[in-house]
This record gives sequence, C-alpha cells and structure tokens, in this order.
Amino acid sequence: MSSITSNRLFLPVSGAIFFLCMALLPPVLGSAGLEGGGRYHIGVLNDIGLYALLGLSLNIILGQAGLFNMGHGAFYAMGAYTTAILNTVYGVPILYTLPLAGAIAAFFAYLVTRPILKLRGDYLLVVTIGIVEIVRISLMNDVFGMTGGANGIAGIARPELFGFRLVSPEHFFYLIWGFVAFTVLLFRMLENSRFGRALYYIKHDELAASGSGINTTHYKLVAFVVGAFWAGMAGTLYATKMKFISPVAFSFSESVLLFAIVILGGAGSIPGVILGAFLLIGLPELFRELADARMLVFGLAMMVMMIVRPQGILPLRRRVYNAAKQVGKYACAIGTQKLAPPAPEPATDTTTPPAPQKGTGGAA
Amino acid sequence: MEEFLQQLTNGLAVGGIYALIALGYTMVYGVLRLINFAHGDLFTLGAYLGFTLLASFGLSGVIGGLAGAGLLVLMALIFVGLVGVMLERAAYRPLRNSDRLSAVVSALGASIFLQNAMMLLYGARPQVYPVRLLPTASFMLMGVEIPFTRVLLFSSSLALMFLLFWFINRTRVGAAIRAVAIDQGAAKLVGIDVNRIISLVFLIGPALGGAAGVMVGLYYGQITHDMGLNYGLKAFIAAILGGIGNIPGAMLGGLLLGVIEALGTAYFAVGWKDAFAFLVLILILIVRPTGLLGERVADKI
Repeated sequence: MSSITSNRLFLPVSGAIFFLCMALLPPVLGSAGLEGGGRYHIGVLNDIGLYALLGLSLNIILGQAGLFNMGHGAFYAMGAYTTAILNTVYGVPILYTLPLAGAIAAFFAYLVTRPILKLRGDYLLVVTIGIVEIVRISLMNDVFGMTGGANGIAGIARPELFGFRLVSPEHFFYLIWGFVAFTVLLFRMLENSRFGRALYYIKHDELAASGSGINTTHYKLVAFVVGAFWAGMAGTLYATKMKFISPVAFSFSESVLLFAIVILGGAGSIPGVILGAFLLIGLPELFRELADARMLVFGLAMMVMMIVRPQGILPLRRRVYNAAKQVGKYACAIGTQKLAPPAPEPATDTTTPPAPQKGTGGAA
Repeated sequence: MEEFLQQLTNGLAVGGIYALIALGYTMVYGVLRLINFAHGDLFTLGAYLGFTLLASFGLSGVIGGLAGAGLLVLMALIFVGLVGVMLERAAYRPLRNSDRLSAVVSALGASIFLQNAMMLLYGARPQVYPVRLLPTASFMLMGVEIPFTRVLLFSSSLALMFLLFWFINRTRVGAAIRAVAIDQGAAKLVGIDVNRIISLVFLIGPALGGAAGVMVGLYYGQITHDMGLNYGLKAFIAAILGGIGNIPGAMLGGLLLGVIEALGTAYFAVGWKDAFAFLVLILILIVRPTGLLGERVADKI
C-alpha cells in the first residue's frame, strides 16, 4: 500500500475530484464536436449514473451486509411503478413521488424479506430470484389493473425543479449524477457509522456479531430496507428519464447485472461499485460492434475474476486495528483466558445487552 | 375430472423433466454445497446437441423413430456429461477452497457464458426439431385421451431416475459418492479419491440434464437458447422442495412441482404459470427449509 492511497484524505479528495470532473463533462462533450453534440455520450453516462445508484443501493445489502440479494430489480421496479402510477393516474409531480417511491419499495422489502432473513447464503439468493420473478410476473399480469400489463405505462412526466423543467440529457445528467454524489456522501457516512460497522461485523462473522450483542436480524432487515429505499428512488429517476416503463426493464437479467456490478467492482466498496457501473455499462457501449459477443466475454470475465481476484477490482479498505500491536496491552491473551475463572463481570456484560436488543427487535 | 386427469398426466410428464434436471442440482449440491447455476444451460446444451445431430446426420432415417430417439438421448447424455466435467475443472475446482460467494458468481458467469455461446452458435430465434421421431398416437385412459409421447417421456425419466438410484445405493462407487457428500475429509481418509468422485458427479448430473434437454426437444419440438434459465430455476426449486442433497427428494420434488404447476395453470390462471414454482419455493423455505425429505442439518442453510 503506497503512502498516498493510505492517506486518510485520499478517498474524499479523489472523490471530490472525480465528481468535479464529471460536472465539467457535459460542456466539454458538447464542445468536442461530437456527432449530435455529444448527446449520445451523455445518454450513456446517464445510464451509468443510474446503474451506479442502483449498484450503491445493492452494495449496502450485498457488499456491506453480505446478503446474497439477486432480486434487487424487484425494489427498483416497485419504485418505478409507484412513480409512474402516481404521476400518470393521480398527477403527482415527479419529484414529490421520489420519497414515496423509495418508501413503497422499502415497505415492500420489509414485508418480503422479513420471513426470509434467517436463510443463509445461496438459499437467500434463490428466494430473492423468486421475489423478482414474482414481481415481474405480477406486473405482466396487470396486477390490481394498474400496471398496464406487458405494455407498461407510458406518458410519465418530466421532473420540475423550482419551476424549471428538466428535459434534455444534460439536465438529467446533473440530476442523476448530483444524486449519485449525494448518495456517495451519505453512504460513506453510513459505512463508518454504528450501522455500517455492525453490517461489516455481520458479514465477516455473524455468530461473533450476535455474540457481542448485535441484533443481526434487525440490522439485516434495515440493510434491506435502506437498499430498497434507494433502489426505489433510482426507479423514479429511471421512470422519468424514459417517460415509459414496462416489465421487460425489470427482468431477472437486470438483477444479475446489478449483482455483477457490485461483485466485480468490489463488494462493499463505494468507488468499486461506481467503477463496476462504468465497466459493465460503459464498456459494452464502446464495443457496440461486438454487441453479440459482449455477454459471452462478460460471463468469462466473471469466472476469471472469481479465480484471480475474488474481492473485486477496487475492494473495500477499512481502517483496521493492528491486533498484533495490541497484544500485551490488555490481559486477554489466549493462554491466560483459560486459567482465569469465568469472572462475574462477563456474565453481567452479557445480560445487559439483550435488553435493548429485544426492544429494537420488537420495534422492527 | 377429465380436465383434472389430463392436467395431472401432463404435470407428471413435465415433472419428470424437472426431476431429471433437479437430480443434477442436488448431486452437485450434495458433494460441493454449490448451486451449479450453469446446470440449466447444460440442459439447453443437450437440447441443442440433439437438434444438431438430428438435423445434420439424419439418424432417424437409418434406425427408425424410437431407437433413433433413444440413441439421440444417449449421445447427448455422454457429450453433456463431458462438458460438465470440463466445466467443473475450469470454473469450480480453482474455487474449491474460497468462499461460497465466489463459487456462486463463477457459476453465474459460466451460465451466462454457455447461454451466449449457444446464442452465437445457433442464433437468438427458437429452433424447431426437424423431424418428429416420436409416434403421434394416443390412447384412452378412463375416458381421457393421453398422448403416447407423454407416457414415454414420463417412463423414460423414471427409468433414468431409478438407474441413478440403484447406482448410488447399490454400487461401490455410489457408496463413495455418498461418503463424499457426508464428509469429504473422512472420505479422503478411507482412501476415496475425492476429486475423481466430484468429477464423476459432474459427469452424471449434467448427463441427466442433457438427456432431459433432448427429451424436451423431442416432446415440445421447439427449443430456445435461454430456456435453461427457466427450467433450471424450476428444477432447483424442485430440488429444494424435495430436500436438497437428497436424491429421492429431487425426484419427488420434481414430480410434485410439475403437477402443482399444471393444476395451478389449469385452475387458476395461465399468465401466472411461472409464479407458482416461486411461490412454492418461498413457502417451503419459510415452513420447512430442509425440504420434504431432507434431514435436519443445521449447516445446510
């Protein structure tokens, strides 16, 4: 690890530089004399931003909590359809539907994931596939007569911000990437919060986490709810960007793509997920001629990556305690532990945490 | 009643296919604790292989309908089995000791790779089996007209299942497979070559899947490059329903799922056909995660 990248300011500074460069891109692309004034390129960047947003929301569930969620498209779809229905049927302005779409997706996630949280690993993965498929089939079958079946919903309005209507790709570029920047800032804080640390602990050793008083079920549920909330809001942005949504956009393969963005970019790492979105959405656009073979290469890359670099391209680097340096500071060496009788203090220690734990469990 | 019988036999025929594919999932899961996501695509590979052999060699004209169909199934069985062994070497063996997520992602990558390779080779459109090898006759049973092919499909999948059941439970190699599934370390200690057993499992499982692929091609006459996803997921659900890692469980789960789906489609709604399987999956995992015949093993889920 070089001294520059290990500096505490490295990530915030490079992040700020990245987003500043992104903010300057539309005018640069516009004056670069590209075909169509760079609109196509900005469109691709908008797609990347949207997937980065979705990837970041999945990252909380899959990357940070280590819950194999391959049905993230379900939450995305809930958000998109909430916005579409509220806007086209009830005429609610798009930006007002943003938190509502998130809330509905989060509530849905709360309902469906609550009974399946006890499932571990690949079982959870299969159930989440089941959830996303059931959602897609329900949308196809025009459930409640509101989703328009296979035709989807058309005529979704453009968002208005302080009386200014966002229409062009450039406008959406700033909307989407502004939202990405906000998300990165927020999720960065979340990563280092009590919540983020709990998830990190659960991912790496669930038994030890629950042993030290972390209500694992509660935190897993919250991870799903937060991730779904953000995916729902990404759904709003998608719906208003496309003006039209249909079940095809929320197929199982979309969820697989999101899964791959998080895993290949670097599970748990915010820069990794953004890089993953650039690679998995941007690269195929660069090699349009090879469009047919790109999924073939993508599948091969997934296999090779898992063998060569399973932690992803830009894995998460966490501040870690150097345990070796701490040895001798405290009387907790393994040898002494056996000799020392189980003192009454650990006993009182273990009896105190369950009380708040039960409280939070009940509230959830 | 007639409708019911019609749907029941139909469900059993489709269930036989699910069961055959499910056996591959359950065997691989039994020895490696891995969902072989590429298994559904190996099934598709079998279907396309049957298509190629049929289209390019004209086997049916030489040896007659039924024998031709049998030979087709046998060839697909062997070839897909070999592909399964190669897949394990390339995609799963290097990950034997890494965490489960890596293996799952590698399996997904293998699935995407195989599916798109078949799309590039055969095109994105559905392919139609050129000749109908199977007889089109049907017979009456309790006032219901049942196509002969349906019975053939069901009985041949049953025959393959019982062959496997006998092999696992009555032979020395079968005992070795069971030993590896229970405890790899101990199996190694008593002199079982674990790597060879795993290769064998990756030969048998995909071989049965490939056979199921040809049978689907012969029965329905139409195949697509992405049908492996749907069949694969259903078969995996069947394996969980019966109790994953449990061979009779996979058979039972497959047949049960086929019947549930057929009856559900007939009596509830056609558009929801694919939702039933997932509903069954979620219910079984909430109510009885070990499956119908699965033993209570805390480590499995």
